[in-house]
Amino acid sequence: MQRVAVPGMPSTFSRDGLAVLCFAVLALALASAGVMLGPVPLGFGEVLGALSGHAETRSQVIVLEIRAPRVVLGAAIGAGLALSGTALQGVLRNPLADPGLIGVTAGGALGAVAAIVVGSHVAELLPEAARSWLLPLAAFFGAGAATGFVFAVSRRDGTTHTATLILAGVAVNSIAGAVIGLLIYVSDDRQLRDLTFWTMGGLGGADWRMVALAVPCIGVATVGLMRLTRALDLLQLGERAAWYSGLEVGHVKTAVGLWSALAVGAGTAVAGPIGFIGLVAPHIARLCVGPGHRMVVPAAALTGSALLLGADLTVRLIVPPAEPPVGLATSLIGGPFFLWLLLTRMRRDA
Amino acid sequence: MLTRRNLLAAAVGAAAGSASWTMVRAGTGQRVLVLGGDLAEIVFAIGAGEIVIATDTTALWPPEVEKLPKVGYLRRLSAEGLLSLMPDLVLAGADAGPQGALDQVRAAGIRVETGPEGTGFDTVSKKIVFVGSVLKRDAEAEALAARVAMEMASVEVALSSLAETPSVLFLISLANGAPMASGTGTAADEMIRLAHARNVVDGFEGYRPLSPEAAVGLAPQIIVLPDHAVGAGDVRSALDGTGLAATPAAGQGRVVVMDGLKLLGFGPRTPAAVGELARALHPAAAARLDL
Repeated sequence: MQRVAVPGMPSTFSRDGLAVLCFAVLALALASAGVMLGPVPLGFGEVLGALSGHAETRSQVIVLEIRAPRVVLGAAIGAGLALSGTALQGVLRNPLADPGLIGVTAGGALGAVAAIVVGSHVAELLPEAARSWLLPLAAFFGAGAATGFVFAVSRRDGTTHTATLILAGVAVNSIAGAVIGLLIYVSDDRQLRDLTFWTMGGLGGADWRMVALAVPCIGVATVGLMRLTRALDLLQLGERAAWYSGLEVGHVKTAVGLWSALAVGAGTAVAGPIGFIGLVAPHIARLCVGPGHRMVVPAAALTGSALLLGADLTVRLIVPPAEPPVGLATSLIGGPFFLWLLLTRMRRDA
Repeated sequence: MLTRRNLLAAAVGAAAGSASWTMVRAGTGQRVLVLGGDLAEIVFAIGAGEIVIATDTTALWPPEVEKLPKVGYLRRLSAEGLLSLMPDLVLAGADAGPQGALDQVRAAGIRVETGPEGTGFDTVSKKIVFVGSVLKRDAEAEALAARVAMEMASVEVALSSLAETPSVLFLISLANGAPMASGTGTAADEMIRLAHARNVVDGFEGYRPLSPEAAVGLAPQIIVLPDHAVGAGDVRSALDGTGLAATPAAGQGRVVVMDGLKLLGFGPRTPAAVGELARALHPAAAARLDL
């Protein structure tokens, strides 16, 4: 797969554009399915009625308060994870990089666990309205702090050392894991109950308040990352070459770190750690539209949305009325699909 | 669990759509969803079992609950999953959650009642009274509460003659060779006390992992395990994997395995569970314990 997206080459563009369009249609279809389908069988008319506000309370709540925020959140978080995965893989030039690897997710998880365990003592000092924001904000700052730390440690003489960055991420992961273990150890039964639910990750707790917290953050990060597509392309030539072509490499790295922390931190804050999407969505996108980031970035975002929406829909429908953790489905759907894509491409290119 | 029947039910449910919805609606009577093994036991014990449409996976008694649909684990409920069963009343134990899911069910216009919190024998009658008042079966509930209190009193009288208080180590799980022991303030701790024994672990609250060395140092005379900790294998091999074989209890083969829900649930079967545990903990006196 050595095809490079060259601007002004119409055949390439239209093919890749078509692929992006396919991803968009798929994500949209899954989003609609997410609103239409669920353990409670609602007819098409009932869902439309609920959306326009002319249905009974029960359908109204199911569609507008349970399904709709879940779908919005799923689409946003999937896109955020995929985008930060794409940007990190691009900037580190490492196909295994993902938000989990450099400690963003672990930092977010640590923040949330700390909020659950220590937060009950702090909560009394806070005004009533602020208490429910404690967990998402703590997760968010945890993710930001971990990313900031990792980038700060690996920065020397104005350049960021990629290998150091990954190693620092590994270290942050294990430190965060150990502190989480310690906090779980000192937690009481009630806190442990909240922890078990949260650490599994999932969209089950979605409501509009969480949408209001996460979606603007992910939106800002998306805009920020979309503007880096040319820089990411240049970085594929190597840092030195990119620098000689006039790219402020240090700035780009800082920007990628910042936007990734924002997107993943916001996602982790409301849905807990969701793995795999950040790793695999960029690869799926690259296999379909080639390595040019102008196409890869939107394609990966849409793939991430589609993956998480599909996975969430699956866990909601597979064993009703119970609901398994979404992480099982992201890997079970994404894994085989990715392998299939990989194998067919390899066979075709051979 | 993903079974073919569940998949089929999902497919049929999705296909039948609004048809099944009207069908159920036409049915008469209350549709109650019970979350929590202890509450389910009480609902059945006061003779209201026929209005229960589903429970969570912690409900294991009486045997009738096995046939009912399960909404998943008590602490990992899904709002729409609960709504899909079309209950008109949800009886939730204090442990049920996450809170957000229950709030969403409430927002959909379904009555959700949360039971009393806490462990200890006091909570049994509180739970019974709660279930009775919510289901409007106060008379049956009062009778049950009185019966349970009487049973407990007679168990206590029978046990009052016991002179010894053997030292007991309670392990809630042996998962991965890392035993989780009960400290103070747990249901297990309370049951050990009621059965006239002493919990060897008094250094921490709640359930915590216990190192084999600490376990040997505590020198429990008896080890008690819930049945779900042992699983399919036998007790001896389960304990051998944890390094607890060197404790006096394991050395003398004094390991007691009991029905987890009965032992820790604090429901109508608690007096019987106390008696059963006491007989196992005081084998020498068991014959003359009039239970």
